[in-house]
Amino acid sequence: MKLHNKLFNKDYSFQNYNFKVNFSPGSFKAIIALVILSVFYCLCAPGYCETKKLMIAGSTSVQPIAEKLSEHFMQKHPNIKIEIQGGGSSAGVQAALSGAADIGMSSRDLVASESHLKTFTVAYDAIVMIVNPQNHIENISRDEIRKIFAFDITAWNKINASSECGVITVLTREDGSGTRGAFEELIMGTVEIAARALVQDSTGSIREIVANDIDAIGYISFGSLNQKVKALAVDGIKPETKSFTEADISRKYKVIRPFLFLSKEEPQGAAREFMNYIRSEEGIAIIKAEGLVPVL
Amino acid sequence: MKQAVREAFISKILLLTALSSIGALTLITVFIFAEGLPVIFKTGFFDFIFGMKWKPSRGIFSIFPMIAGSFAVMAGAMLVSVPFALCCSIYLAEFAGRTTRAIVKPAIELLAGIPSVVYGFIGVTVLVPFIKNNIGGNGFSVLGCSIVLGIMVLPTITSISYDALRAVPDSYREGALALGATRWQAVKMAVVPAAGSGIIAAVILGMGRAIGETMAVIMIAGNSLIIPLSPLDPVRTLTSNIALEMGYASGMHRQALFATGVILFVIIMALNILATRVIKRAVR
Repeated sequence: MKLHNKLFNKDYSFQNYNFKVNFSPGSFKAIIALVILSVFYCLCAPGYCETKKLMIAGSTSVQPIAEKLSEHFMQKHPNIKIEIQGGGSSAGVQAALSGAADIGMSSRDLVASESHLKTFTVAYDAIVMIVNPQNHIENISRDEIRKIFAFDITAWNKINASSECGVITVLTREDGSGTRGAFEELIMGTVEIAARALVQDSTGSIREIVANDIDAIGYISFGSLNQKVKALAVDGIKPETKSFTEADISRKYKVIRPFLFLSKEEPQGAAREFMNYIRSEEGIAIIKAEGLVPVL
Repeated sequence: MKQAVREAFISKILLLTALSSIGALTLITVFIFAEGLPVIFKTGFFDFIFGMKWKPSRGIFSIFPMIAGSFAVMAGAMLVSVPFALCCSIYLAEFAGRTTRAIVKPAIELLAGIPSVVYGFIGVTVLVPFIKNNIGGNGFSVLGCSIVLGIMVLPTITSISYDALRAVPDSYREGALALGATRWQAVKMAVVPAAGSGIIAAVILGMGRAIGETMAVIMIAGNSLIIPLSPLDPVRTLTSNIALEMGYASGMHRQALFATGVILFVIIMALNILATRVIKRAVR
């Protein structure tokens, strides 16, 4: 027993163990060399050691998709830090002009005085009017939509005399929703959506009600369209990917707005990388998942 | 001696846990009021409560249509549920045999356990199309809400009024029967009046539950910003206003939703205080 204890103490107990680490001269030199090398490397290749900052500001409509994209982008590029702020489209244009931000965001086309800015289209935000597939109407004018949502027209036979549908069930999104914001901006203008309109808080429930109610009309983003509802042509133009980018204004789908990135100079470095990412397969998937139309 | 110290210690710990719920209530109250009151004062108390327009994107915050909506839906729910609940509790307390009671009472209480989103889903898939096709309007209506809410508050009213009826001493029944009353006469003239304030308290608590319900209402009500003038009109309640718009609300809009919460808080507090008052009077 005693012998065992002795053995144990000597060989295994930490009390008696010598913790001193002895460097051999060779390994010491190697460590110094490594430190010098890595310092040298950092000085020569700042891109790999420093974090680059990218400041983006402007439209609050573009903000959510820009944030989503940047989140995923930053995971892949930990050395780039993107900061995104709201403020509105006009603020975005101003920020790009003055250089207060690297990139400005706008959800409207540029006017002539701003056209010298470099633009990059992140995606298109198209709003489609949807009705029940059993409703025989195919086309609707923007004026008619305005009147329906203001409750100046309340029956389908005022739109199309042969319609079998009855009193229109008008569906809208809640105040504050981006889809509603786009709809008000692109169609309603100064006309207010009537208080009588039914309000739903998601694209899903608007779609579901339209799918079940033959008299219903609602609006959703193009990306959320499915087989259970029918999208209407607006002013004779069907909502299709090719009519979104049509250069000829008479054949272009009207209820659409671009989400733009603006910059004073041709974007380089981190900004260029971010834009390339937006055009990549992964970026396009994110844009589609948000119900927007990617640029192909 | 040691035992006494231990007893005191345990009672202190229990007191602490009891106080924690009061603490939570205080925190919630302070938070809601701190967030909501600025908007009420900025809009003006009367404009906020009695104004007709709610347009957050233009900075107009008035909630009268929603107050009216909440009360309309609550009244409708009471019309649906009170007769059923009352008859049900009288039957269970006075007439039902032991086996019937053992089956029916748990079944009614089970209704309270069904999640409100399920009620809403059934409402939107069954009731709304039924109203649209057979009665009129677009289906999303005060009527639909009243029926669904009426079923939802049924267990609350039934079980509280059942307890009130059971609490009436047997001497009341025996006395009435001894005077030559039939069983129904005894119930009608002696038992129910004696349990009256308990039944009223049950109805008031049911009202509180109806006015506080959110998920089912949001799915069936249509959420239009109008004062409902017919049972077939769509309606928005105070609760659904908060749940509907909180997703994207920021700044003043968010505060205005808290302010809606303040008004809801005051209404529900008032109903609960009323109910406890009525119960206290009954006990005396």
